[in-house]
Amino acid sequence: MSEDGQNYSAAGEVAQVKLRRGRGERTWIALKKAPVSAWFGMIVIALYAFTAIFGPMLAPYGEAEIFAKADEPWAMLGGNPDHLFGTDQIGRDVFTRLIYGARNTIGIALITTLLSFLIGGALGLVAAINRSWLDQLLSRAVDVLMSIPSLIFALMLLSIFGSSIPSLILIIAVLDSTRVFRLTRSVAANVVVMDYVEAARLRGEGMAWVMRKEILPNIMPPLVAEFGLRFSFVFLTIASLSFLGLGIQPPTADWGSMVRDGSRFIQFVAYDWTLALPSLLPAGAVALLTVAVNFVVDWFLHKTSGLRDDH
Amino acid sequence: MTTDSNKRGSKGDILLEMRNIEIDGFSDERWHDIVKGVDLTLRRGEVMGLIGESGAGKSTLGKAAMGYAQPGCRIKSGTIMFDGMDLMAATENEKRKLWGSRIAYVAQSAAASFNPAHRLVDQTVEATVDHGISDEAAAKKDAVDLYTALQLPDPENIGTRYPHQVSGGQLQRIMTAMAMSPRPDLIIFDEPTTALDVTTQVEVLVAMRDIVEQFNTAAIYITHDLAVVAQMADFIKVLRYGDEVEEAETRLMLSEPKEDYTKTLWSVRSLEKPEDKSDDIALSINNVDAAYGKSVKVLHDVTINIPRGRTVSVVGESGSGKSTTARVITGLLPPMTGNIVFNGEELPAALADRTKDQLRRIQMIYQMADTAMNPKQTVGEIIGRPLEFYHDMRGKQRDDRILELLEMIELDSSFIDRLPSELSGGQKQRICIARALAAEPEIIICDEVTSALDQIVQEGILKLLLRLQKEYGITYLFITHDIAVVTAISDEIVVMFQGKVVEQGLKSEILNPPFPEYTQLLLSSVPEMDPDWLTNLVDQRP
Repeated sequence: MSEDGQNYSAAGEVAQVKLRRGRGERTWIALKKAPVSAWFGMIVIALYAFTAIFGPMLAPYGEAEIFAKADEPWAMLGGNPDHLFGTDQIGRDVFTRLIYGARNTIGIALITTLLSFLIGGALGLVAAINRSWLDQLLSRAVDVLMSIPSLIFALMLLSIFGSSIPSLILIIAVLDSTRVFRLTRSVAANVVVMDYVEAARLRGEGMAWVMRKEILPNIMPPLVAEFGLRFSFVFLTIASLSFLGLGIQPPTADWGSMVRDGSRFIQFVAYDWTLALPSLLPAGAVALLTVAVNFVVDWFLHKTSGLRDDH
Repeated sequence: MTTDSNKRGSKGDILLEMRNIEIDGFSDERWHDIVKGVDLTLRRGEVMGLIGESGAGKSTLGKAAMGYAQPGCRIKSGTIMFDGMDLMAATENEKRKLWGSRIAYVAQSAAASFNPAHRLVDQTVEATVDHGISDEAAAKKDAVDLYTALQLPDPENIGTRYPHQVSGGQLQRIMTAMAMSPRPDLIIFDEPTTALDVTTQVEVLVAMRDIVEQFNTAAIYITHDLAVVAQMADFIKVLRYGDEVEEAETRLMLSEPKEDYTKTLWSVRSLEKPEDKSDDIALSINNVDAAYGKSVKVLHDVTINIPRGRTVSVVGESGSGKSTTARVITGLLPPMTGNIVFNGEELPAALADRTKDQLRRIQMIYQMADTAMNPKQTVGEIIGRPLEFYHDMRGKQRDDRILELLEMIELDSSFIDRLPSELSGGQKQRICIARALAAEPEIIICDEVTSALDQIVQEGILKLLLRLQKEYGITYLFITHDIAVVTAISDEIVVMFQGKVVEQGLKSEILNPPFPEYTQLLLSSVPEMDPDWLTNLVDQRP
């Protein structure tokens, strides 16, 4: 045997091994390499989050506080300097409502997205592991739900159940979870066939353990990226439902309904362009957040999907 | 160590000369050396063997001979002269003209290198026609000659098939034909037979050797298997950690290796466990038939007895039903007929019907340690889970036991919070062994556990398994296609072929004559450390 010459030790064995780094260190390296667009997105998201959390402290007036003069233009366009962005059709401060709108629109979208991931993710994992009649049942049910245009379906359900905030959240979450289900099922299907999942099953582990400990951590990156994307969509869906009058109900401030309120001036924009501003402002807020989230998601997807550029 | 080319029987003028090659690789946010200043000289018609373990830089050096650095690598310094042309100074365009016409490359996995949507002959002649070396009709006619020379069945028509319609060994030979088609001056073979069964490997080796000889092509043959390279190469260069260890003519290298490291490469095959007979059967598989789905029957009336505290090796080529047998034992694939008796009791056929204790007693270790461990769990979590699950150990008791287990597999406490990606191949396999041990099993099924590892690491793992058997009386069912491993570890051997057991018996009975026909073929196909082995074998076989 070859004990001579070589002092073989298993612990000292070297190969192409990854350097050991803590989580913090890895995150820092990733952030340092992030492109400008991702940084822009992260800063914008941070600002929105700050506004949503500290809204009531930042806002100069109350959410539904009504002032004497309605439809006052912006301060810089010759309006009342007490109201930075002017007031709306019934005399509420637009700036205040924009800030409160951040909290309502983003908050509801966030809860809805979380809920849809909880439903879609859990069922998707079950379907991927089970691969039998249960998978068939769930997948076909999802196909049925997806075959109906989701906005029209949501409108229908909302008019059946009434448009309260809980029913709004639940309906959109269920409709959106179908997309999450499909993604989770297909990504998890690649992990389920790994030897370590088989090893866990041979050990006698239950379904919950296999889902939570063996599969979920390994499909997190695509799910997180999808979360960002889904959040944008949910956010837009809520805004459009509010625009159509079936979303968040007054007097709760929300960007979608603000766009609708301002939209009645659209036909006069040809004579005075400043009339477009009351709807453009909340619409711009929606657009900016969507773009920012997508920038971050793009970067994240690129980083985790193996698309990385190998120098 | 200097390369004295004059000493070698010079076959022709120098074709390729590489001086002081240094190659860097970028990973983990920094550059590090892969090849550290290696010289290489190759004359026309010569075959050089490049050997070393994974990570030794042999593939990287082989590719550098084409002036090519794979993505994430760069050739830092050195000179590469190919037939009077400076490849370091050549532009991408100039090099591209060279590749596929004067230098060809044969990759390890032929299956992954062919386009499944095109016919084989079209792919064989593609480079030749594209480079304008000959027109399509002539090239296709020549391809048929090459197929004949490579002893492919039905050479006239095999080219009209698609890649999935031929076997792995045939595909590898067609890839050699593809490389040969433009009549290159240099072919680089990068582990071309590693993915093949021993019986197929012989055919491919013979075909490659003959065709290289016939056209007086120079070749670089990269492999980690010394016995294989001994058949192919005129001289051998041993690499380790990107440095040259030594270079010598094949016969000289085999008879008197100078360096200690080279000697260790030879010694692995000398590990041998004395066999020990036992009639105390721990587990037996009786008359099992098994099938995937309803149609494809893979096991036919398989009966295997596994004595307690002994090692039974199951050998056979891929598709012989070795791994399926393991799946039947573990309950992943319930058999159609037949049963499994464990400690005198019949085991429930399906995994779901077995008790936790029955599951604990039979553990499994996989071929690819990479995929057998959850990449998101630390070593402590991986080993700790069976302790929690089977033995209900928590907190300090669990942590102490993890340390004990790490010690048993010759690793220390510093490994406890590492992730699998922070371990070497051998360490990963050791952790998998520890995970199996944590359950305190009676039987461990080892499915090709050493085949993905380098020779020295392989030896370490085998010794560890033998020691554990001695200390804890564990029974092994060892699935492998490597006869050297079989000799090293087993008491009894089961030979399988096409889903049937050809024979079962003590090691000494199976490995010594008289042989059934298939066993004879299998055993004679295992390459030996003798440069004349392949020649003799070809002479012997009809």
